[in-house]
Amino acid sequence: MQTPAPCGYERATSVDGALAALAAHGPTARLIAGGHSLLPMMKLRLATPEHLVDINDLDELAYIERDGDVIRIGAMTRHVELQRSALLAEHFALFADAEAVIADPVVRNRGTIGGSLCQADPGEDLSAVCAAIKADVVIRGPAGERVVSMDEFHVGPYVTAVADGEILTEIRVPIRPGAGSAHEKVERRAGDFAIAAASAAVWVGGGTFADVGLALAAAGPITVDVTRVGELLRGQPPGEELFEAAGAIAAEDCMPMADTRGPVDYKRHLVGVLTKRALRRATARALQQEA
Amino acid sequence: MQVTITINGEEVTRDVEPRMLLVHFIRETPGLTGTHWGCDTSNCGACIVRLDGQAVKSCTVLAAMADGHEVTTVEGLERDGRLDPVQEGFHEKHALHCGFCTPGMMMASRALLDENPDPTDEEIRTAISGGICRCTGYQNIVAAVRWAAEREAEVKQEA
Amino acid sequence: MATTVEQPASPERPIGFGRLRRKEDARFIRGQGTYLDDIRLPGMLHGAILRSPFAHAKINSIDTSKALELDGVAAVVTAKDLETLGLAWMPTISYDTQAVLAGDKVRFQGQEVAFVIATDEYVARDALPLIEVDYEPLPVVVDARKALDPDAPLIRDDKPGQVDNLATPTWEAGDEEAADRAFAEADVVVTRDIMYPRCHPAPMETCGMIADFDPKTGQLDIYNGNQAPHVHRTVYAHVAGLPEHMIRIMCNDIGGGFGNKVPVYPGYVCTIAASIVAGAPVKWIEDRSEHLTSTGFARDYNMHASICAKDGRITGLEVDVIADHGAWDSTAQPTKFPAGFFHICSGSYTLDASHVKVKAVYTNKAAGGVAYRCSFRITEAVYMVERMVDALATEMGVDPIELRMRSFIAPEQFPYETTTGWTYDSGNYAETMKVAMEIADYEELRREQAAKKERGELMGIGVAFFTEGVGAGPRKHMDILGMSMNDGADLRVHPSGKAVVSISCQTQGQGHETTFAQIVAEELGIPPEDIEVRHGDTDKSPYGLGTYGSRSTPVSGAAVSLVSRKVRDKARLIAATMLETRPEDLAWEKGRWFVKGDPEQGATIEDIALRAYSGEELPAGMEGGLDAQIVYDPPNLTYPYGAYICVVDIDPETAQVKVRRFIAVDDCGVRINPMIVDGQIHGGLAEGIGIALMELISFDSEGNCLNSSFMDYLIPTAMECPEFELGMTVTPCPHHPLGAKGVGESPNVGSPPAIVNAVIDALRQGYPEVDHIDMPCTPDRVWAAMQGRAEPPQ
Repeated sequence: MQTPAPCGYERATSVDGALAALAAHGPTARLIAGGHSLLPMMKLRLATPEHLVDINDLDELAYIERDGDVIRIGAMTRHVELQRSALLAEHFALFADAEAVIADPVVRNRGTIGGSLCQADPGEDLSAVCAAIKADVVIRGPAGERVVSMDEFHVGPYVTAVADGEILTEIRVPIRPGAGSAHEKVERRAGDFAIAAASAAVWVGGGTFADVGLALAAAGPITVDVTRVGELLRGQPPGEELFEAAGAIAAEDCMPMADTRGPVDYKRHLVGVLTKRALRRATARALQQEA
Repeated sequence: MQVTITINGEEVTRDVEPRMLLVHFIRETPGLTGTHWGCDTSNCGACIVRLDGQAVKSCTVLAAMADGHEVTTVEGLERDGRLDPVQEGFHEKHALHCGFCTPGMMMASRALLDENPDPTDEEIRTAISGGICRCTGYQNIVAAVRWAAEREAEVKQEA
Repeated sequence: MATTVEQPASPERPIGFGRLRRKEDARFIRGQGTYLDDIRLPGMLHGAILRSPFAHAKINSIDTSKALELDGVAAVVTAKDLETLGLAWMPTISYDTQAVLAGDKVRFQGQEVAFVIATDEYVARDALPLIEVDYEPLPVVVDARKALDPDAPLIRDDKPGQVDNLATPTWEAGDEEAADRAFAEADVVVTRDIMYPRCHPAPMETCGMIADFDPKTGQLDIYNGNQAPHVHRTVYAHVAGLPEHMIRIMCNDIGGGFGNKVPVYPGYVCTIAASIVAGAPVKWIEDRSEHLTSTGFARDYNMHASICAKDGRITGLEVDVIADHGAWDSTAQPTKFPAGFFHICSGSYTLDASHVKVKAVYTNKAAGGVAYRCSFRITEAVYMVERMVDALATEMGVDPIELRMRSFIAPEQFPYETTTGWTYDSGNYAETMKVAMEIADYEELRREQAAKKERGELMGIGVAFFTEGVGAGPRKHMDILGMSMNDGADLRVHPSGKAVVSISCQTQGQGHETTFAQIVAEELGIPPEDIEVRHGDTDKSPYGLGTYGSRSTPVSGAAVSLVSRKVRDKARLIAATMLETRPEDLAWEKGRWFVKGDPEQGATIEDIALRAYSGEELPAGMEGGLDAQIVYDPPNLTYPYGAYICVVDIDPETAQVKVRRFIAVDDCGVRINPMIVDGQIHGGLAEGIGIALMELISFDSEGNCLNSSFMDYLIPTAMECPEFELGMTVTPCPHHPLGAKGVGESPNVGSPPAIVNAVIDALRQGYPEVDHIDMPCTPDRVWAAMQGRAEPPQ
């Protein structure tokens, strides 16, 4: 079978230790968490880090907890925990939607939210999920901690705001009233990356949308945050025509590329359908009317 | 680097290159070749073992990452000469043809039943969806896992 | 709800037959199988292959010096080294030639360029990027339909006299004039371009070999999971000039084959050469990408077909095929059939005439054309005719089952000679179709579909009926590389009455160790657990052509049945001496000869075996022992058939196809182990779902393979497969000693047309202008069909 190229290895026992290891080895060092993106790339020799810093022992980064009006998710939280979290199910049901269709249960036992976000594969679901719910991420480096929005987090394909020598430590999601969310994905086969996927979050108050987040996976070179959908929906009462219009906007604003999963026109079409479905379901959840 | 992994209850120590994959460690050092590999991209599930109880794909874990941890492989299913009900179920229900995916399928199934002793067919299908079987069409694998669940329920009732 | 129709209880349940659980399971469920990579020999070196990144390029130079400097690298073999051994080129199984390692140029992406031998696999792979190859890219042709264009680059300039990319000239079957007449007289004619795209058998264990050459004795031991060990040995003897009796091939356990492990691959020859050069055992196992990009693909048939009807019945068929063979012609089929058994394409119907033309071309793609779980191109044939019959039914406004029923060969017409020269042995097609309709509740399905259409839902019901010809084959017609397609069998009953049967065919999961024991048990009354089946080791088994084309039960199964009867006949003579009577006064019941009219007087096979080896009297002139040998030459193929019905739902918005139900009623004659037969059908149906919905090997215009890992070569998981609903009818094969026909491949043959017919039927509920869609029916391609833009895959 394919084998990785030679590399060094050490296991970090604390975030500070991991930072120190990264500092010691410079830009050719890579963190390894679940390993399900990095190791296949290393086997293909598309990634050839000279030194791996294993952060799987950092239990301090594995948590999903409520802190006042914020849900804090540690970067080392595994997919399976996101899928099963009662706290997330109560406030952000789209995590369970997405996790049910990310890879397969065995991969989900191992892969982490931090790894998924930092891999920044444009087809990856959790980046869209976090963008839709307007999460912030916490990045720690030698100079201390900084908090960036998902908007700022995605810099380019496979490139994030996490610089060499830094670690993504936490995802923070504000809890606001009237929330509902959903993730919709079409894949070629169970376990595959999306042909296209849409994450929607809505906050309903007084019969109208107080706020809306809509982000897309596999619909552009990076996760696509469709801000125009929020602009359209805010202040409006929920309705099927509005969802259709939002779908049309998303189909227009996305920037999909043709690949083995399909041509551009099909992906745009899918984005429209999935946007509509995700908004519809998110709204039903917000209104507690889900069928 | 030196790595010590407890495999099926036995400590195994070996000097390895950091890049060595866990699947190779398991197959080479104690020579437990029941854990197979079938792809390079974590898709096929032939290499599924349990790492600290959780089903994982051992082609996508470095041996170094498993240092100090516990691994159970297909060879660890049979205890004191008694087959695991999952093994019996695979035999009873003709859930294997060529046998190549079988260890991975059985390890994923065992992990499922430990968490969910009475799974629906849909839950069984989901649990084994990280593995590819080219021979059986999965139908008899589902039946085998159901058989094992029923067998375990009977045994529990008798006890 | 799933309904499985059980085999009707027979009045007497023979000992050898039935749902016996498998003997081979014991090792597999304990993780104690012995697959190739499980074998480690002392002092073994490891090989790895450098492959071409280009689909077509001249090789100006290869520099191996840096790779040789790497610690642990023992040697790097290139075409130049092989030339000195006379091994740079080798024959394919279709009398073409192929490069073992590329010397002059590379002809497809993934072609073998250099072979590294090192102390371990990691090091061998480390050395690959250190080999410097100077390539000069050449124009590429990947579309078979453009391979014969005047401006297409010439791929096989190595072949003297080759001026274009024609791989095999046009091969014909049937009667063109008669077919033209049928079309001229027809009421309805339908024409379609149908592509059966390139796919890959992709068994879970990839290909590989361990070669262990002993320079002192000249003995070459080969460990290699392949489907035809005896033929492989003959090929190695021929290619490498080694004495055949000094070559031993051991297959051990094989992680699936599905036709992919029939050919001899360049990596095998490299491994043998490396062991001879290094004087040590060498192991080489390809990774999954190598497997998908370089080993035997399947299908890749472009079919232009016309079908016609007169007076409401199918009357004629004409097909013109361009086959894509890739860079070499290494298709797998008997010598006299360059298009395999494609000309069985008249299907299960009484046509007045048919005509088939097939020509094959070279392209800058990997070679193959193996029979992915089918008998030599019958999958392509059945897919085409069953699509065409459906298209014809649509054009005629007739229910697709009704048109089939009107045109079926009737039971009293068997043996039936088809318009392309096949003699079908037996069948009752309409009966089998009716069983499928009952399980499906066909009428109710059509009502449900109509109701759903009203609501804008896209539900489809697809039907396919196939006849396969399996069990190649009669020596007067069929050989591979000159070797007749006959199988040996060797049965030894020991003094204790326990037996060893050695067979030439090699299981890759089909359960030979159980089924063949059951056959001996049936014939001799020895319990199956007392019968050891030996196979897969050329030193321990008689010559035969191997397991593919569903030939194990039809050919080796018949051989085992008949060799058992030979033993039984000898046992009769011994029993007569033991019982002091004449052989003709004895009658047989399972496991025992007894005196007619005095059933208490008898001798069991156990008693007889002991007597055969004892010092006691035997019939005059008889040799001791209770053994027999046979080589079986089948008089004809066997012709299993089946009726399949598939129900799909298509999401009208996303175009995703879901197979909701699949009903498969197979008639494979007498079933030796119905549990194993059902298991084979399940597996083939899953592969059919894969082919119809997702499995595809495609290329971009530069010849880059776009499906070179399991990330992109999609195989169904448990989530895409429904609970299959099986039924059966039993029409015994008249010329097989047990009445059995082959079955392993039927489901792969019959399911793709049923699924695609269902997809089209579903699409037509909302898009009546859709008249065809090529596989795979992925969401994007189904959506394109909805937009009126259905196109064949690239």
